[in-house]
Amino acid sequence: MSGFLVRRLGQSLVLLVLVSMVGFAILHLAPGGPMSQFASGSDMTQEDLDRIAEQLGLNRPLPVQYAEWFWRMLQGDWGRSFRDGEAVLNVIGSHLGATLQLMLTATLLAILLGVAIGTLSAIRRHSVFDTLATVGAMIALSIPTFWFGLVAIYLFSVWLGWLPSGNRSTPGDGSLPDLLRHLILPAMVLALVETAIWSRFMRSSMLDVVNQDYIRTARAKGVPEGRILLRHAFRNAALPMITVLGLQLPTLLGGALVTETVFTWPGMGRLFLDSISYRDYPVVMGILMFSATLVLLGSLLADLLHAVADPRIRLG
Amino acid sequence: MSDAPILDVRNLSVRFRTEGGEVPAVNELSFTLGRGETLAVVGESGSGKSVTSLALMRLLPKDAAVAVTGQALLEGRDLLSIPEAEMRRLRGGAISMVFQEPMTSLNPTTPIGEQVAEAVRLHRGMDGRAAREEAVRLLDLVGIPAARQRLDDYPHHLSGGMRQRVMIAMALSCDPSVLIADEPTTALDVTIQAQILDLLRRLQERTGMAMVFITHNLGVVAEIADRVLVMYGGRAVEQAPLRPLFSRPLMPYTAGLLRSVPRMELAGRRAGPLPAIPGNVPDPRHMPPGCVFHPRCGHHQPGRCDAAAPVLEPADEAREVRCLRWRELAA
Amino acid sequence: MSLTITRPLAAPAFRRFRRHRLAAFGAATILLLTLGCFLGPFLLPFDDTTIDIMNRFAPPLSGVHVLGTDELGRDMLARLMMGGRVSLMVGFTAMAIGMAVGILVGAVAGFHGGWLGAALMRFVDAVLCFPSIFLLLALAALVSPGLLSIIILIGATSWMDVARIVEGQVKSLRERDFAVAAEVLGASDARIIVHELVPNAVAPIVVAATLNVARAILLESYVSFLGYGIQPPVPSWGNMLNNAQIYLTSAPWLAILPGLAITLAVTSFNFLGDGLRDALDPRMRAR
Repeated sequence: MSGFLVRRLGQSLVLLVLVSMVGFAILHLAPGGPMSQFASGSDMTQEDLDRIAEQLGLNRPLPVQYAEWFWRMLQGDWGRSFRDGEAVLNVIGSHLGATLQLMLTATLLAILLGVAIGTLSAIRRHSVFDTLATVGAMIALSIPTFWFGLVAIYLFSVWLGWLPSGNRSTPGDGSLPDLLRHLILPAMVLALVETAIWSRFMRSSMLDVVNQDYIRTARAKGVPEGRILLRHAFRNAALPMITVLGLQLPTLLGGALVTETVFTWPGMGRLFLDSISYRDYPVVMGILMFSATLVLLGSLLADLLHAVADPRIRLG
Repeated sequence: MSDAPILDVRNLSVRFRTEGGEVPAVNELSFTLGRGETLAVVGESGSGKSVTSLALMRLLPKDAAVAVTGQALLEGRDLLSIPEAEMRRLRGGAISMVFQEPMTSLNPTTPIGEQVAEAVRLHRGMDGRAAREEAVRLLDLVGIPAARQRLDDYPHHLSGGMRQRVMIAMALSCDPSVLIADEPTTALDVTIQAQILDLLRRLQERTGMAMVFITHNLGVVAEIADRVLVMYGGRAVEQAPLRPLFSRPLMPYTAGLLRSVPRMELAGRRAGPLPAIPGNVPDPRHMPPGCVFHPRCGHHQPGRCDAAAPVLEPADEAREVRCLRWRELAA
Repeated sequence: MSLTITRPLAAPAFRRFRRHRLAAFGAATILLLTLGCFLGPFLLPFDDTTIDIMNRFAPPLSGVHVLGTDELGRDMLARLMMGGRVSLMVGFTAMAIGMAVGILVGAVAGFHGGWLGAALMRFVDAVLCFPSIFLLLALAALVSPGLLSIIILIGATSWMDVARIVEGQVKSLRERDFAVAAEVLGASDARIIVHELVPNAVAPIVVAATLNVARAILLESYVSFLGYGIQPPVPSWGNMLNNAQIYLTSAPWLAILPGLAITLAVTSFNFLGDGLRDALDPRMRAR
């Protein structure tokens, strides 16, 4: 375990440095680099720009700039928003809750549905249900999330009038039922792709397991079929699913961004788009780095969880 | 072994329907097993011996792809036709099985104690605590040291030999009257093999169970069997008590198998490699006409052995052989 | 002895039939969509840019405009076809760029191994940490939006999977005998890559390419929907949806039709890719 832990942590650290380099490179890809926001204001002379560049340390060699930037990031100084001068981490922090709420709800929904569909698909392989689930998952993975959101809004808000079409709560209300009513549609939309992913992974994991020797052993012991599936097969098939949590995190974050846009959900995704349209680069960069770090830590955490849950890795 | 057999298999046939057509895996196989007796089923890979054992346990896939016909009477009940629920109660109870692969045959995410106790709870209706105690007793019985401390160990903590002991403990947990052991020692080191064989023999003496021991290793057969059934191409080709079979094999195939076994007393005299039987086991989709063994047989007569299929006929009161020429060859 | 039981007769036949049918459906749809989008506009009496203020928001099947008109009275079918041209073109070209980069990076990493290979593959891992839509939008916001830039950007953010596939293939093939033999015989690196390794890696690459077209079409629609992709008046399936949300109540077909087109196209490429995987690469065969 400790060997695995050290190796996995080391990998993550290397990756974190590489991720930061990619981020830094993107920052400097902008026309005019980090100076572009000043250059766009035409009332500045070249002298002014040079002076600002020197103040910001932008005339020093790139590796030095990178090292300083990375060091500041590590200390939690991610710069300030151009819009209101707020620290980037604070801006992200104030939007994170809404995004996490949406992602967690959707993931929970997707795990419940996806694991159930995948298990049933595997047990009844090649049945009508399995065929429908396979084709359905492929279609679900092909539907643009934002469009599914629009269709859902049209159906449930415009046409049926059951659910609100956007926002996290009704202004002035904010009671729990109100919050839940606002959560249903976006969570459902975000969960669609996730459910498809989970059901595919679960199906193939379950199929791997039901052909294992120990399942035959359980049968030879006279264990009832239902108990074999639930007690012996399901548990072994569900274990590697923990790592899927980490694997699909980039997809989940991307889906959340789009879903938040359609449902005017006040989360990180909307913040990202707003910041892009305001050319608020520090926040854009901050969210980019934050989401990559989140993905990195998420997959690390998923692997560690898997290691804790799987007796073979625990002491292996 | 004069009284009624505990297991009476009659005309067992197993056919697989595949994309390439119907494949007969086991063909009209009949044998009996007396109480406390050990029958070794011997043959090369693909002879149908493992399919036979899985068919008896009804562990072959339950769908249109597999057709099992015939009877297998376990104390009068036909294992092949009783309802699935009844079969499930027998499986792991009156008839149980040990598999070849100890490394993969145990559930990797369940402690071994729980895996043994599960069978006890299912078949003997013990509660959790009593089943756990029983698991300790069984693990102790199969020679797992400090069994009580190992209950919560996972399979990967154990060596292959220890895992096979756990498998045996599981199989014996409900006092089966018949134990089917499918190559239980093949995957193990030679020294461990001997220990496991010894364990099975001791347990058999103690419980009086009968054993169907499936193996391709004649050395193991000599160690454990009372009687031997030789299979080739899904058919029984010779059946005899151990001693006569080893001293005077009637079927050329059996003789070939015996010649390919290294023997201590010959080691000094014979130079060169052991004579293996030339050729390969036949493809079950394209069985040779006549005697299925004739393409590999050193005694085959063109026009005779490749024309008429021999039947399994009694050679004396205890032996059966399937060969057109056995009388001539024996003379 | 291990027992191999061939699967039931009916199941794989049914499965292959089903797979085959889906892949055939995908291929046929792709062909029809491509033909329709590129030839259709010549047959249609309407132009996708002609504004007809008198005929705004005509619902589908209500008059001369088969699929209705949009907020400026432009014919929806014509716009869908022209948008389809753009979306399909982005899909194919972005895929080609992504494949080229991915194959290059993967081949170099797999062939040289060592520190260079390791560094390249860790770089791939790092880029994969960024959710592709975030990366794409951040990049798209930095450049002036347009057809060419969106193609390049989508290509630049979807080469990592291919690089991984190619690296794995090349690495495993390199260790096989024939590559070693060729090396001993003094064949140059380039020769080995072209003559020995590439033909063997073709199957998974073709599959990845097909799936990447689907992905590129989807990404284009996301970015254009959010306003940072193809810019009006040039229509694409994605940017046609950009305004549609406002008219969701009064003219839902503006939102539904382009979305259906995207879903149909993406699903077709995914079906085709899945079928190709079954047919070309037995090791990856789905059960």
